[in-house]
Amino acid sequence: MIRRSLTLFFGLFVLILLIGSILGAPFTSSRLVEAAAYSLIALGLNIQWGYGGLFNFGVMGFLMLGGFAVTFMSYPVNPDFWGSDGPWMLGRALIAFAIGAGLVLAARQSHRIGIKGGWKVALTVLVWFVAYCTYRSQIDPAAAYIEANAGFVGGLGINPVFGWLFGGVLAAGVAYIIGKICLGLRTDYLAIATIGISEIIRALIKNMDWLTRGTLTVSPIPWPTPLPQDLQVGGMENLTALLYARSGYLLLTLLVLAIAFFLISRAYSGPWGRMMRAIRDNHIAAASMGKNVTNRQLEIFVFGSVLMGIGGGILVSFTQIFDPTSYQPINHTFIIWVMVIVGGAGNNWGAVFGAVLIWMIWIISEPLSKAVFDTLSFWSTSIGWHDIPDIEARSAQMRVFVLGLVITIALRYAPRGLIPEVVHREK
Amino acid sequence: MTEFIFFLNQVLISGAVLGSIYALGAIGITLIFGILRFAHFAHSELMTSGAFIAFLLALWFSSMGVSLPIPTGFVVLPIAMVLAALLALGIDKGFYSPLRKRGARPVTLLIASIGVTLMMQGLVRLFFGTGSYSFFENESKAIYRIDTSWLGSTRPLVVTQPQLLMVVVTIIAVVALHFFLTRSRLGKAMRAMADNADLAQVSGINTALVVRVTWIIAGALACMAGTMLALDVTLKPDLAFNIILPIFAAAIVGGLGQAYGAIAGGFLIGFAETISVFNWSIVLRPLKSVLPDWISIPGNLALVPTEYKLTVAFLILVVTLLVRPTGIFKGASS
Repeated sequence: MIRRSLTLFFGLFVLILLIGSILGAPFTSSRLVEAAAYSLIALGLNIQWGYGGLFNFGVMGFLMLGGFAVTFMSYPVNPDFWGSDGPWMLGRALIAFAIGAGLVLAARQSHRIGIKGGWKVALTVLVWFVAYCTYRSQIDPAAAYIEANAGFVGGLGINPVFGWLFGGVLAAGVAYIIGKICLGLRTDYLAIATIGISEIIRALIKNMDWLTRGTLTVSPIPWPTPLPQDLQVGGMENLTALLYARSGYLLLTLLVLAIAFFLISRAYSGPWGRMMRAIRDNHIAAASMGKNVTNRQLEIFVFGSVLMGIGGGILVSFTQIFDPTSYQPINHTFIIWVMVIVGGAGNNWGAVFGAVLIWMIWIISEPLSKAVFDTLSFWSTSIGWHDIPDIEARSAQMRVFVLGLVITIALRYAPRGLIPEVVHREK
Repeated sequence: MTEFIFFLNQVLISGAVLGSIYALGAIGITLIFGILRFAHFAHSELMTSGAFIAFLLALWFSSMGVSLPIPTGFVVLPIAMVLAALLALGIDKGFYSPLRKRGARPVTLLIASIGVTLMMQGLVRLFFGTGSYSFFENESKAIYRIDTSWLGSTRPLVVTQPQLLMVVVTIIAVVALHFFLTRSRLGKAMRAMADNADLAQVSGINTALVVRVTWIIAGALACMAGTMLALDVTLKPDLAFNIILPIFAAAIVGGLGQAYGAIAGGFLIGFAETISVFNWSIVLRPLKSVLPDWISIPGNLALVPTEYKLTVAFLILVVTLLVRPTGIFKGASS
């Protein structure tokens, strides 16, 4: 088993070296940073799916939350906003929100004063409507005012590392709410409900221009480590500065990854991990042993989402731009699933291996298919046929096809992944 | 009366159009779930590729000089549906059937269907690029303006020919499906298998045949929905991928496994989306003369801003899952 893993990792290392020698060090270095961030995200999904058997198809939503969090924390302060009436108006919207939430909570308790059955339902619906209208009546003018006078809220200008942590916290909070709502559902329902919620998060972040600047995008977002430009000021050559800066960022990301990996591996091999596997494999039996299945699943859903939030933050501060329109279910949800399934669900090494491998495949499938198309085009013209038009655009689309091909092949021939879960049994 | 006609145009007609497309898509998803017990994500790609098949056929027809009073897209629809049904059968044979034979869990099939989605989307984009196409390049889209001045309205009721045909075709398809499921031997076998697959098998129902028929119906209906959507708006590679979630919402709201539930859910979601983004202040405008001066009607009274139209479907979905997890019609529970 270990031998197989080592061979696979060695093969991956050779692949990366090969990519580096063909496509150049600057390109490969930034892909490596992304691969490290995706490994963290894949670990998060591995906790949820591999350990807990939870079907989270809303990875994109958590990545967006992480990206938003790091933007909000680390982007420079916007004096236009803080100097205007904006904070005051937002405060009123917050109060309106609190009043609305209070009304809804009060309506839930209305049975205590003798409102029952249909009347309670009617009251609940009415109160939700009133709360919604109260909130909209405050937030709409505030949003319009901020967009007109200050552009958007701006950031807090804190070190991005705190932004990553805040991304984790924000993702945890949202995951708690989602988990409370959805975790009682069956697998298919859970999948669709989480996709739906991630789409709601995307719609909100994309359209709340006052908070996230929406489609106008926010950039440049600072790095926690020195930028290439900073190193160039120190007198370094362009290429060396770029590589040094990226290595610094990569090291920081790897540090976060290593800490997360160490902690969850410890948890997995401890009693907590055994309990989680028991719940995954037979939740009825686990419940009859006195385990609180719903709470444990909520726990695992929140833990996994924290890693996704942090990973999303790392990705955004690396590219230095937060563009809500760049988030697509294929690139940010399904690819993570392919990583975990191909790598091996339930095995942390497998998840990391899958993340790096699939990210590299995703990267090289475009130049590779361009080469294939070029060859085909050359042959077809040389025997007198038509050449292939728009090779550039077409090969960019091949990435999605290759991703689908990889997962279907993996499901068919290695359904447990390349580095499958190891089940230790007491003799 | 102008306001009422405006309401009809904005809510009733577009809601019915959207609802028929959702309903046709949701029937396929719900039938597949009923028989094979997995959520078939690649249904969106069946819709898109069905639309592209119809588009290619329509191009071929118009290049042959065939010209009819109804849009070519509708003329070629039966042929395209047959081809799409074959495509659906092929996908099942190539990707899902081997996994089922191995005894894979439904969850694995769900993930496989995502793989199929990605592959098909890649292929469609490989051949057709990312641009959009229109069925009405060589012919014009007939628009009917029904004069409603006898009702005292200054605006006409506007329906395009594809929209009208779309609703008619949907009704025909739904009635045909109803008779198939309730009257024919095979349809009854399908319902029996959806109820209890093992029991159906021991009572001598040819389950392999039922599975094939399910794929044929699902593929044909998906092609119909995709083509009609492309006829109403434009044809692009992510045509159906963007609306697969409302379609799933429709299937779940109706109760997974229930064909009639899917129809009801489709129209419910379609109307809910159009009603929630409808600007009510226009309908309230006649009240202006009645209302006292201190009440002014704001310019925009839409329940939800237009950008959030798609999220309405998910809200309905989440509320349904919370309040009645099996859907309106009691759906499959396993």
